[in-house]
Amino acid sequence: MRYLPKSPAEREEMLAAIGAKSVEELFSTIPEAYRLQEPLNLPPAMSEAEVIAYFQQRASENSVGYTSYLGAGVYNHLRSVVTDTILQRGEFLTSYTPYQAEISQGTLQAIFEFQTLMCQLTGQEVANASMYDGSTATTEAVLMAERLTNRRRVLVARSVHPEYRDVLKTYAKNSGLRVEEIGYTAAGTLDAKGIEASLKDDVCAVVVQSPNFFGAIETLAPLADAAHRSGALLVVAVTEAVSLGIVKPPSEADIVAMEGQSFGLAPSYGGPFVGVIASREKFVRQMPGRLAGQTTDLEGRRGFVLTLATREQHIRREKATSNICTNQALCALAATVHLTLLGKEGLRELAEQNLSKAQFALKELENIPGVRRTFSAPFFNEFTVELPRSAKMVNAALLKEKIVGPFVLGTAYPELTKHALVCVTETTPRSEIERFAAAVKHTLEQPL
Amino acid sequence: MSNHSNRAVPHIVLNEGLIFEKSSPGKRAFDLPPLDVPEVDARKALGESYRREGVEGFPEVSEIEVLRHFTRLSTWNYAIDLGMYPLGSCTMKYNPRVNEYVARLAGIATEHPYQPQELSQGCLKVLQLLEKCLLEITGMDVVTLQPAAGAQGELTGLLLIRAYHQKHGNPRKRVLIPDSAHGTNPATAVIAGYEVQNIKSDAAGQIDMAHLREHVTSDVAALMLTNPSTLGIFEQQIPQIAEILHAQGALLYMDGANMNALTGVTRPGDLGVDVMHLNLHKTFSTPHGGGGPGAGPVAMKKNLEPFLPVPVLVEKEGGRLALDSHRKESIGKVKAFNGNFGVLVRALAYILAYGPGIRQATEDAVLNANYIRKGLEGTYDLPYTRPSMHEVVFSDAIQKKNGVNTMDIAKRLIDYGFHPYTTAFPLIVPGALMIEPTESESKEECDLFIDAMQAIAEEAKTNPELVKTAPHNTRIRRLDEVGAARKPVLRWKPAEKQSKAAD
Repeated sequence: MRYLPKSPAEREEMLAAIGAKSVEELFSTIPEAYRLQEPLNLPPAMSEAEVIAYFQQRASENSVGYTSYLGAGVYNHLRSVVTDTILQRGEFLTSYTPYQAEISQGTLQAIFEFQTLMCQLTGQEVANASMYDGSTATTEAVLMAERLTNRRRVLVARSVHPEYRDVLKTYAKNSGLRVEEIGYTAAGTLDAKGIEASLKDDVCAVVVQSPNFFGAIETLAPLADAAHRSGALLVVAVTEAVSLGIVKPPSEADIVAMEGQSFGLAPSYGGPFVGVIASREKFVRQMPGRLAGQTTDLEGRRGFVLTLATREQHIRREKATSNICTNQALCALAATVHLTLLGKEGLRELAEQNLSKAQFALKELENIPGVRRTFSAPFFNEFTVELPRSAKMVNAALLKEKIVGPFVLGTAYPELTKHALVCVTETTPRSEIERFAAAVKHTLEQPL
Repeated sequence: MSNHSNRAVPHIVLNEGLIFEKSSPGKRAFDLPPLDVPEVDARKALGESYRREGVEGFPEVSEIEVLRHFTRLSTWNYAIDLGMYPLGSCTMKYNPRVNEYVARLAGIATEHPYQPQELSQGCLKVLQLLEKCLLEITGMDVVTLQPAAGAQGELTGLLLIRAYHQKHGNPRKRVLIPDSAHGTNPATAVIAGYEVQNIKSDAAGQIDMAHLREHVTSDVAALMLTNPSTLGIFEQQIPQIAEILHAQGALLYMDGANMNALTGVTRPGDLGVDVMHLNLHKTFSTPHGGGGPGAGPVAMKKNLEPFLPVPVLVEKEGGRLALDSHRKESIGKVKAFNGNFGVLVRALAYILAYGPGIRQATEDAVLNANYIRKGLEGTYDLPYTRPSMHEVVFSDAIQKKNGVNTMDIAKRLIDYGFHPYTTAFPLIVPGALMIEPTESESKEECDLFIDAMQAIAEEAKTNPELVKTAPHNTRIRRLDEVGAARKPVLRWKPAEKQSKAAD
């Protein structure tokens, strides 16, 4: 086998040195009745070329050749060859968690830079080294708020990503946390009156997403005030992080839970992505996950280490702030390199292009009789439209034109079956947007 | 003129600053294609109150500077690609490059989790084949590929157990965890709403059966057992342990972190395990990447199937595959979308390359661990002498007499060109040296490692100071961790702000 660096003679030599007669002897502590006598029933071994051929075949059974208007938490953005070149350096790819700081300075400094970039983006004071994704980051942010306030109720906007809310409910079920959902207004944003009415002194956090699942940008300052008045924390989830290049950062939030997939990570059928938790300095000791910190070595030179580990499971065991161990380090590195490439100007331009493309797409769609914008709040690169018939049916017709239509809202929001969430990024050419609008128009002209 | 620290110096001591310190307004490393739609005025589109001027402090550098910056940083890392990485419990094996290649294919990396399932049959077939392979390897009935890492796999497993007990009337109160367990086990049990009860190991490093019997009551939901244990010892009485638990209606959870010792040799499902997780970033070679991403599939017996997290992969008539989210008794979602799909792709590529020959990897891993054990026995104290599986745990008891501890030896190992082993774990071995070579090391590399460890043991006798002040050949020396925690600096700030903060 090409991955194994031993000849049969070397194996014999090593067995002899150990004093074992056969390899079987090395497994003698496994009761014999439980030792497999037959080889595993797995597909026959493949050469490299066969492995590639297998996956190319699978790839051809997917959506290659289609244009997509899906966003809803996973976005298609440009990615630079430079990012992937760095990611494929073995020194990053094949290294472990940087517990041995002297020979892990590369990873540690990169994490420190990641934490800095995340603070700058979110307007927060501290950010961790990463969480699994936006959904678990949001959940862990709520658990953090629960620890900080010692309260057991959480108010979550229905305009938070449905899957994020589902993950929160899974985690909350057994920790005595009560999750209550708050509706949205005609603007597509959180119902502030609903919040005011539900905010009591037992609420640990108010959770909103901005831009929210409908694409609408939330007004955070009054929400933060309301939450703070009753002693609750404001948790803001961000699923489309590119928006932060042009939309005011959630600096009013006490905890920001972000998905960083938009920064250099492929959609990859849903993962691996990179979650982030950013917060205020005073809350750092209740943060989950790893943190890199700056320090000095014996000779006074600057270096970096994993720090404040007394929050973590390998030290604190059942008293840890979270059970997270392995995180999404390489994905965080991708985001770090990607954002460094974009830089201040690049990120702003990227965000502006997304904004312009989405506005263009909305205009094109609004020109179609019967199609209208659902919500009035400002949006970034995603917006909700109402169609004169079921969005599912429209999408089925679009598929014939090699178009993967927008996200159908009806499944998660039964009141919105005729509504769809359209996402357009810098990767969608104008000609495609026009073709999409024409296809929607054509479909709606057909009798039901 | 630039300041002293920016002076040109040989590479190994190169002072590569933070990227923010290289920034200069107007430089850029990324160009977008021209905008092909009318440009929108953000002030109007968003409204003045929502609009941001730009991200304060973001770096402004050129492409060559970005590439060079991160390439330089990378050279300060140790990596499997450079040599042996014998971290116990971490299974740092070769990460085949073809796995990286296939995970990046158009049609694999480009797929959106919400695209229609008729356009995702390729992705779903990958998931299905991986499920089949993992079930064959573990001897279990059903598997979920949703969890993002081992710890999330543990949580998923315990939530399944909780749902199972709940259905039988009562979720029960306690989870039993041996004192040799990974820290994630107790941390996870608490999130799943359980109290943790520690179970002692006996003098041989196995579960103390009398102690176990005493604690398995009708209040116990499960025992979380790592097998082989973190001592690298196979838990021989596992079928009996399962019986004791089952007699009280409790379940056996196996932490599969050490599956690299068992693959192709024995199957947890046959041993009486009810539910277990696998760390694909350990046993199945997906790269650690400096700390992730991983994947933590959870395999289980049929009786836990109703509670699977959603979505669940199902095969419809005609062989069409689909993801089903409508399952009444499901524990819910543990992560958005479809698991860490890109990691799952790499793991399948690894399994396909081996086929049934994957047993040879297990055999070589165990052979290497025992070879190293033989080479170091006597020189280093071996507190538990039962036969080793894929890893061996020594202690620093002999070297301690000269004031040299496991951390010192680990740091000195760096000078010899190796990554250290795992230090100070498991907790039941004071001053532990936990060594896991994996199958990826040649005899030559194992010999070099043994030589280095022998040489360090000698130094500990003759020149302990040399060991205690190691490493000597790295870019930086030992770092002040206490200072880092006492006054945390967790982000870069511009110079003037930093000095202000210091006032």
